[in-house]
Amino acid sequence: MSKHTLSVLVENKPGVLARITALFSRRGFNIDSLAVGTTEHPEISRITIVVNVIDELPLEQVTKQLNKLVNVLKIVELDPTAAVARELVLVKVRADNESRSQIVEIVQLFRAKTVDVSPEAVTIEATGAADKLEAMLKMLEPFGIKELVQSGTIAIGRGARSITDRSLRALDRSA
Amino acid sequence: MTEQATGSHHPQPRTRNAVPAATAERMTGAQALIRSLEAVGADTVFGIPGGAILPAYDPLMDSAKVRHVLVRHEQGAGHAATGYAQATGKVGVCMATSGPGATNLVTPIADAHMDSVPIVAITGQVAAKSIGTDAFQEADICGITMPITKHNFLVRDAADIPRTIAEAFHIAATGRPGPVLVDIAKDALQNQMSFTWPPQQDLPGYRPVTKPHAKQIREAARLINEARRPVLYVGGGVVKARATAELRILAELTGAPVTTTLMALGAFPDSHPQHVGMPGMHGDVSAVTALQKSDLIIALGARFDDRVTGRLDTFAPNAKVVHADIDPAEISKNRVADVPIVGDAREVLADLIVAVQADHEAGHKGDYSEWWNHLNFWRNTYPLGYDVPKDGSLSPQQVIERIGQLAPEGTLFAAGVGQHQMWAAQFIKYEQPGTWFNSGGAGTMGYAVPAAMGAKAGVPDATVWAIDGDGCFQMTNQELVTCALNNIPIKVAIINNGALGMVRQWQNLFYGERFSNTVLHAGAEHRPGSTQGVGSIQNRGTRVPDFVKLSEAMGCVGLRCESPDELDKVIAEANAINDRPVVVDFIVHEDAMVWPMVAAGTSNDEIMAARDVRPDFSDDLDD
Repeated sequence: MSKHTLSVLVENKPGVLARITALFSRRGFNIDSLAVGTTEHPEISRITIVVNVIDELPLEQVTKQLNKLVNVLKIVELDPTAAVARELVLVKVRADNESRSQIVEIVQLFRAKTVDVSPEAVTIEATGAADKLEAMLKMLEPFGIKELVQSGTIAIGRGARSITDRSLRALDRSA
Repeated sequence: MTEQATGSHHPQPRTRNAVPAATAERMTGAQALIRSLEAVGADTVFGIPGGAILPAYDPLMDSAKVRHVLVRHEQGAGHAATGYAQATGKVGVCMATSGPGATNLVTPIADAHMDSVPIVAITGQVAAKSIGTDAFQEADICGITMPITKHNFLVRDAADIPRTIAEAFHIAATGRPGPVLVDIAKDALQNQMSFTWPPQQDLPGYRPVTKPHAKQIREAARLINEARRPVLYVGGGVVKARATAELRILAELTGAPVTTTLMALGAFPDSHPQHVGMPGMHGDVSAVTALQKSDLIIALGARFDDRVTGRLDTFAPNAKVVHADIDPAEISKNRVADVPIVGDAREVLADLIVAVQADHEAGHKGDYSEWWNHLNFWRNTYPLGYDVPKDGSLSPQQVIERIGQLAPEGTLFAAGVGQHQMWAAQFIKYEQPGTWFNSGGAGTMGYAVPAAMGAKAGVPDATVWAIDGDGCFQMTNQELVTCALNNIPIKVAIINNGALGMVRQWQNLFYGERFSNTVLHAGAEHRPGSTQGVGSIQNRGTRVPDFVKLSEAMGCVGLRCESPDELDKVIAEANAINDRPVVVDFIVHEDAMVWPMVAAGTSNDEIMAARDVRPDFSDDLDD
């Protein structure tokens, strides 16, 4: 099994996300994580998909099938060594007067933030790569995690080049 | 569809009858829809009106350019559009209302998707503000058809109609062709808009690659001239790209054998000495073996379907693969390609011809003479054939063979799905592309009658024979009413064996002759059914319904043929009738089987030429 991060640039139109997720499921892929948002160009949305695959060949097949969707502008697989990937977690941890300071210490250790405090709980916001967040959650677990919400991974390539440049030009030509 | 010589080929559709961008005209969305259909050159629409699509039918009544054929079931409209598209090479069009009207189009849309047939389906949708409220006759047809269309559109605004129709026809016809659905909200049809033509298309993510890569072409040519046992594996893409003239030039230039798949029958003349037959589960021994023993497969617009490859891991173990297809996703999907070529089959072939010729001039030409010794041996030792029943009843293969032999020049054939389909593929000789239509990928029973109707509507001067089974015929025969009332005089041969023959064949071979629910000539009290002797009173074909009376009731001529002595006379009689549809009920032997056969999931090495007859292959080729 290996993890792959795909950045998919799509036209910002209704129903496009459904077309993409449905394609993954009907071709037999499970999406590990998914994040969608608009880009610097309001007509383009960017979908970051993380998939776990057994070998490379079926991933190539699903990428080719994705490329055939009329609303898909571009697909780039991000090399983890040449990209920055981040997730966001919001986690509510059980806390009392005794444990609160220990929790805050962990929060500082992971450069996370305390966003809400109540007599029984602390809510923490943390961003980072998946392994860092996993390590933090492991540290917090003994205190009792009451509620956990995680975003999908978003990722961007390192360096000055942008994957949206050429797609924008295509969009301008057709407009 | 006609052959065209090599020349500049533009797979982009031309917008025909296009008027120069004039000042905008005020009209309703419905009027804009009909004007758009006229502008893209749609001359025939198959459909049924209903609540949500009603506004579109009003201006349609006044159109002098668009003929609407009122079908009896929306499924018939969809298959008719497919038949029309394949016979004419244009985009087929069908129309239906929302909800059940639209869902009845699902099967033909899926069918067109599997066989890459360009059709546009236009459906009415409930008013935009009612979408999502479970309104009367509401169905999310865009959601339903998402996996079975090349693309689909939901139009909520009248102003978007011309652009969407132009885009739908463009997407359907270009690249790898396929079905496109346009769902239009009722109020978008009713509202006023400003019509101009041509509209500005907006498809930034749709860029099919048609021009092949020169380096890959040179590499393919090199392999062709180095190979000792090459095969040209020709699929439906060659017919759709209208590349059959180029195919013949390449085949004759190289001297390599040619196999044409079920979707490509007619792409290369069956009578040509280099044609070694159809590959696949019921293909010719020579074609299956040619692929299996080859050292180079040149796949052109074919997709290594499981019905062709058999068990994939034992398919053509010693072959390198050159795979040319317009759809990059087909390349290396099932079989890894050594030389992948993305491009339109016509451009690929044209470039290959030049590259192969250059290699020949440089003194590199493949020598396939030993290969042809083997091919000719297989071809001569295991020709297609059938036994004539000893009890004097009709052999289904003989019926189909004679229909093919007695058919006038240029006859088009459409088949249903099952034994009769395979026999029609085997025993009718196809010399021209675009003369054979069937449901290849989806295997849709009931395809033949409506597809033949669509073909005949598109090419009224051609004789059109539907080769159907008694099972298939009972699924869609009501379109004969449409044919009778609209001067679409098709001919239908019902190969009536009283059973769901292909399923029965599998029960015969793989389920210990337990004929569960494949009997059509009798009800449940006759179970286990039609094993009571061939030609017994129990099975002299399906008699309920009486197909002759049924056909007459639908405004057709009904004929019946029960013995070989009558065969030619009845076929001639059917061929002579051109003012009405004709249905001939051929009562045939129920135990006939389709041979050769590669059982599902087994290797092509295990091909059976007939029951218990496995061809003897000289294994010295397995180096």
